Amino acid sequence: MKQNESFIKRITGRALFLPAICLFLVLIANLVQTPDFFNIEIINGAFYGFIIDIINWGSGLIIMAVGMTLVVSSSGGADISVGSVSAVAGAICVAALGTEEAYQVPYVYSLLLALLAGMLCGAFNGFLVAYLKIVPMVATLILLTAGRGIAQLATGSFILYVKPDSFKYLGTFLPGVWIPTTLFVALFVVLITWLVLKRTSLGMYIQSVGINPQASRLMGLNSKRIIFGCYIFCGLCAAIAGLVSVSRTGSADANNIGRYKELDAIAAVAIGGNMLSGGKFSLIGSVIGAITIQALTTSLSAFHVAPDQQPLYKAVVVIIIVAIQSPELKRWLRGLKNKLSSAKTTEGGEVEL
Amino acid sequence: MSNANEILKMRHITKNFLGVRALHNVDFTLRSGEIHALMGENGAGKSTLIKVLTGAEEFETGTIMLEGHSHPIINRSPQEAQHNGISTVYQEVNLCPNLSVAENVFIGREPKSKVGGIDWKTMNKKALEVFQTLDIKIDVTLTLDHYSVAIQQMVAIARAVDISAKVLILDEPTSSLDDSETKKLFDLMKKLKAQGLGIIFVTHYLDQVYEVCDRITVLRNGELVGEYEVENLPRLQLVAKMMGKEFDDLAEVKHASVDSSDENLETIIEATGLGCSGKVKPFDLTIKKGDVIGLAGLLGSGRSELARTIYGADKPDSGELKMKGKRIKVHKTLDAMKAGMAFLPENRKEEGIISDLTVRENIILALQATKGALRRLSRKEQEEFTDRYIDLLKIKTPDRDIPVKQLSGGNQQKVILARWLLTDPDLLILDEPTRGIDVGTKTEIQKLVINLANEGKTVVFISSEIEEMLRTCSRMIVMRDTMKVGELADDEITQVNIMKAIAGGAGS
Amino acid sequence: MSKIEMNTSSQANSLKARSLLKDKLMGHNFLLFITVVLFILMYAAGIVAFHEKNFGTWQVFLNLFISNAGLIITSMGMTMVLIIAGIDISVGSMVAVVCMGLSVMMETAMMNPFLAILIVLVFGAIYGAFQGWLISYLRLEPFIITLTGMFLLRGLTAMISLNMVTVTNQTFLDIAQSKIYMPFLGVTTNAKGATMAPYIYPTVILALLVFVIVLIVLRYTKFGRSVYAVGGNQQSAMLMGLNVKRIKLKVYMVNGFLAALGGVAYLLNTCGAFVELAKDFEMEAIAATVIGGTPLTGGVGNAFGTLIGVLTKATIETFVSFQGNISSWWSKIIIAALLAVFIIIQSLLARRKQKQ
Repeated sequence: MKQNESFIKRITGRALFLPAICLFLVLIANLVQTPDFFNIEIINGAFYGFIIDIINWGSGLIIMAVGMTLVVSSSGGADISVGSVSAVAGAICVAALGTEEAYQVPYVYSLLLALLAGMLCGAFNGFLVAYLKIVPMVATLILLTAGRGIAQLATGSFILYVKPDSFKYLGTFLPGVWIPTTLFVALFVVLITWLVLKRTSLGMYIQSVGINPQASRLMGLNSKRIIFGCYIFCGLCAAIAGLVSVSRTGSADANNIGRYKELDAIAAVAIGGNMLSGGKFSLIGSVIGAITIQALTTSLSAFHVAPDQQPLYKAVVVIIIVAIQSPELKRWLRGLKNKLSSAKTTEGGEVEL
Repeated sequence: MSNANEILKMRHITKNFLGVRALHNVDFTLRSGEIHALMGENGAGKSTLIKVLTGAEEFETGTIMLEGHSHPIINRSPQEAQHNGISTVYQEVNLCPNLSVAENVFIGREPKSKVGGIDWKTMNKKALEVFQTLDIKIDVTLTLDHYSVAIQQMVAIARAVDISAKVLILDEPTSSLDDSETKKLFDLMKKLKAQGLGIIFVTHYLDQVYEVCDRITVLRNGELVGEYEVENLPRLQLVAKMMGKEFDDLAEVKHASVDSSDENLETIIEATGLGCSGKVKPFDLTIKKGDVIGLAGLLGSGRSELARTIYGADKPDSGELKMKGKRIKVHKTLDAMKAGMAFLPENRKEEGIISDLTVRENIILALQATKGALRRLSRKEQEEFTDRYIDLLKIKTPDRDIPVKQLSGGNQQKVILARWLLTDPDLLILDEPTRGIDVGTKTEIQKLVINLANEGKTVVFISSEIEEMLRTCSRMIVMRDTMKVGELADDEITQVNIMKAIAGGAGS
Repeated sequence: MSKIEMNTSSQANSLKARSLLKDKLMGHNFLLFITVVLFILMYAAGIVAFHEKNFGTWQVFLNLFISNAGLIITSMGMTMVLIIAGIDISVGSMVAVVCMGLSVMMETAMMNPFLAILIVLVFGAIYGAFQGWLISYLRLEPFIITLTGMFLLRGLTAMISLNMVTVTNQTFLDIAQSKIYMPFLGVTTNAKGATMAPYIYPTVILALLVFVIVLIVLRYTKFGRSVYAVGGNQQSAMLMGLNVKRIKLKVYMVNGFLAALGGVAYLLNTCGAFVELAKDFEMEAIAATVIGGTPLTGGVGNAFGTLIGVLTKATIETFVSFQGNISSWWSKIIIAALLAVFIIIQSLLARRKQKQ
């Protein structure tokens, strides 16, 4: 009896249990609805299929989730402006390139401009949260609205189309390559982030600040700077995701870039097993969470749920996960468990007086 | 000493927390028209006794007899206690700063107008009356946060007294007051006393006890030490009773054999007029290389605060600090660490351990911070360091990579100690390093401290257990009521001298 | 900081009075003072700048109320939520779902408009209570719960109908379009020679009614004062015997109800619903409340300030539309920027106070 208990505990206790289970459930649901879900075909020298779609469309989300993870971990709050920031970045890139036959500015410049815009937005958010100690959600609420406005101004309230075909390489396929470019971009971002976090002590710093800011301060860590940096990074990730998005369609629709993506990103982080109140984080968990959310989007679409309707289901998922994670609920469950096994008395143990 | 005006009698009170005795067979008596001090060191049971009386906690055995009730009473909630005539005013004034003074006095029982809404005019008038009977002139329409903490406390007292007027409990009321504010508070207390109120004054400020109290009850380790008339209890005896020593028979305890008379020793720390408002009054302090400095004093005397001010955990707002002859300004703790200081805080849960990080990460984090984010310690180095200290301090952990929150409290303390030892500091400040640690390891740590001193390190050592400091320290700083009141060296360091310095005042 | 006076000399009293003025200016009233001044200055500037376009007429002023009746009602609820140091960013989506629900109920189900209104108001209260329960009893963070609420209700709006719905119910339209004339404000003659008096719609009456009720509740009822107490210091409120959990839940429930009521007013204004409706409403409600002098940290705030905040936002929008050739997105950006400025000022003031 006891061995079984500890086995179950070991499995469920592992950090990646939650995201893995969620992904598994969603894939099964997809398979049931569409029997050829896992089929992959090669058409015109490129991969096609549901799974490819998930990876392709999910790449932007994976990138956003990476940035969101660090923000949640270090500041215990969420950046709800990521959708709008990605719109700003995408709009600026396309506006800079122009709608003529040739690019108005070199392609690389437009990319850099977009990334810079994203980082500036992140810096604004980070300044409010880290230095002015404003609640993250309210601080980022400002760019949530203003960002869309700025994006609209950049495109002049039109949908801008980029003529040269090469613009689409980033968002779809490079000529002759079977695998979607977005996958490479996502892999690149995840890998670089993971390397930086592990090879420097930044990963440890971020978690330390998120878990216990006072102790971190006494040990010489500059929590303000660390939180500020995380928000800048999140803005950068949102910008990359925005670039991927406009490249895919070859156009910038300021109203639609990154729509509902903030919910997806937060949900990805939550499913990834990360506490939304901050602290220890798992990058891989968020990546799996992002893939899960994307798969959920795909299955909802297969069930004929319109994009505008999908947030309903995703919101319910987040509420359930957050409620399960809540310490209050755990306390209540523990109280129930104690009442049921009331015979045992606790012996000894350290008592903090 | 008539029993006729006893308004509160607590007898044989026992309370356990998870198998630990918080209170055992404690008696307490309060008379009307007296100010009665309740004193005791850490873990004595003062706050538990108050919580039991006011209904914030349940108790297992014992009775509480209150004037006006023929049967013993049990308060099941602070509201019920208030209904019975027992009110408490806490150190953190439990009022709403955004509401007006009058409103704070009347929340929950606001006077209603004929239409059913709140009658502001009547409320303001009644509030003014309450303050008039207490001889306080105050604008009751201003919001509470217009006033200083001292005055906010008086509003809290006015509310308490207006609701119920038999027993008033003041829990550490003077901790955030300056001298003139304390005097005003005492004037108010004397006025209430003259009106027949019984006041329980929970405090650790010796001078204040002798200034305004009639009787004292001392608790220690959950038991009653005794109940005394202030005029019959000399200060030295009070200190002895609080520390659990009998003044008459004090064991001779050897002090450290470090000779601190060598003038050629380098001065590590020189603090002049260093102070932090509200936490520790400006002090001068010189620490030489190889010193082991002990900070002695009762709870709340400012020992931790002095240490924190030197390290910069609490930013000093007066005076200057020199380390190894150079003036240093500590803007952030990293400055202190780079200058060669290390600080083990008193409250390991809130300021020490990073609960979800592993043992290894907790141990190397401070050292890593001094190196910066880019120069990461290799995994191999981290493991070496961790293993070294697990060995040295005998930290009981099945693995170096389990979350530190899974360790027992004592082992967590060792982890934090390891963290600081790893930074190889010149000055190591230890605030209650042996709290919650088993006896065997306590001795290890004391030996460690002596070894460090012999190796040329300098240590500041704060402990509630005097014997520990006596065994290790070459100099002793004595604190009372957030002020440095004395300094003892070598042969001067005896329990008697320490207690004399703490007690201070006139008479012995 | 004022001190207690232990003597009664008149000089001491006058000293007290002077320091009171300084404290009043430095305190919570300072922000309200700024807001009112800002609004008056802005409006006056508008009258001067747009003189030829007849900015200085009564109708322009009344239009501020007409086009923002729904926002006024919703912001009153938001005021209460901010006072208890909470937040609710789902109100925009609540307005959307209410408008869509009402429209579909009246058009497709041919329901009596009053019955439909009753249903949506009850829904608003229930959903508000649901969020309040999660926040107050399960102790979940308001930001995450109301964020999910924002998406959940928006998705629900789309589930009710993906397409735009226009209201054709005659009773509803009659109420929506009945002008209430106010000839005592002065009659104007237009180019054709016809006389016109300034007018408002019933929604404005409703909005002002809600404003007055909330004003009274916050100032004169036990519930209202307990809202301030909880916002000021939750711990103290509890120790003083207030049922903090229940009070918080009630506030979120009332807020849900008011958001729904705001939605009803919104529909009376637009007479049509679509999925994207009221997209940035929550930001506007928060901006109006914050600009009106209610800090995010809670404990302070009043209905009057919020009303001025709404009028300020409306004035900015009017400027942009009178200007004609700049994009309407500018008004959203300016309001967001104004919100940022006020939040920053508030946080700086709070830090100064802490240092004292």
